[in-house]
Amino acid sequence: MQIVLSNTSDQPIYQQIYEQLCAQIVKGELRADFCLPPIRTVAKELRISVITVKKAWEELERQGFIYTITGKGCFVAPLHLHERAGKRDDLVAERLQKDLAYYRGLGLSRQEMLELVEKYYDHP
Amino acid sequence: MELLSVNGLCKHYDSFALRNVSFSLEEGYIMGFIGRNGAGKTTTLKSILNLVHPDAGEIRILGQPFAGNETACKQNLGVAFGGADYYPKRRLRDIAAVTRRFYPKWDDQAYLDYLKRFELDDAKRVEQLSAGMKVKFSLALALSHDARLLLLDEPTSGLDPISRDDLVELFQSLIETGERSILFSTHITSDLEKCADYITYIRDGQILASQEKDSLLEEYRLVKGPLALLAQADKTCLIGTKEHSFGFSALAKTADTARFPGAEISHATLEELMIYLDKEE
Repeated sequence: MQIVLSNTSDQPIYQQIYEQLCAQIVKGELRADFCLPPIRTVAKELRISVITVKKAWEELERQGFIYTITGKGCFVAPLHLHERAGKRDDLVAERLQKDLAYYRGLGLSRQEMLELVEKYYDHP
Repeated sequence: MELLSVNGLCKHYDSFALRNVSFSLEEGYIMGFIGRNGAGKTTTLKSILNLVHPDAGEIRILGQPFAGNETACKQNLGVAFGGADYYPKRRLRDIAAVTRRFYPKWDDQAYLDYLKRFELDDAKRVEQLSAGMKVKFSLALALSHDARLLLLDEPTSGLDPISRDDLVELFQSLIETGERSILFSTHITSDLEKCADYITYIRDGQILASQEKDSLLEEYRLVKGPLALLAQADKTCLIGTKEHSFGFSALAKTADTARFPGAEISHATLEELMIYLDKEE
């Protein structure tokens, strides 16, 4: 499990944690039933508040990425391959809609957008 | 369980008054207590301990009313008010030897570990300590009887950035088990930015906010822009507006930021929140 927080990002800390763990679960880097470390330990390690970590965990649970066993901890939900793909697509859609709004604001047409994706996809 | 609850605390002085101060702290969390010099932070902390006798209000420690149970309550309390500056000629070990007698739960090993962690030599006399070392010594004394609730007044002031960082780490490991809580006042809000779960903000003797740090920071945004924008803006939504030759800056409720198209909107730090909110009457 890896979490790297940015101080300069406009994203709230809990959102950064949420997205990074989502990505690791969707990619299968965190396996089903992997036991997440205790919230308070994560807070101490990352030097952030307990409540911030709690919020990220709650969001992960709400979106079905993890489940809780009272008294034992939080575990990565066992997701079928197609469920993982579905959740990945959800994450992509959410981000893409925001990004597209930005590009539309700059006046890019659908065609121009697609051409730019083609051009940069392999060469970020 | 609530380790601390402060309810309707009032204290009148000729030139200053604490007015109806109320807040509470659940077990397992760190609460930062912020406000300007003279806003009432130390008076509140002293009133909690009955070092200042409040005119009204009730304090509960671990659910027990403090009034009438002072001795029992204090066993669960660790208190550090600035640096240790009493008995300047005494050696640290003598002061510790006196302090431990008041606490059945005093833990010598914990005390020695703190001395080591803080790089304190207990053969030294209080007057030989630097300001920062005095703070560390008073913390070592406050932390060595396994208190559930720590009341710390400016524990990080006078400490260098490395010591402060070490202290924040210590605070977080103290609450890791979820059984202890820490209330600490400070002007160095960056320390709170890191570790605090809750913020209680006092202004002129009144509590302006006592809530989760994240939600407090989410509630406001910094708004900056050219003066032309300010001229046509709805100023009632702007808090603590500052004008300078090249533009303006102010605080606004996050929900109101849409009213300022073209302005630069950004997150505010705790320090910025204080600066703008304190300007607002």
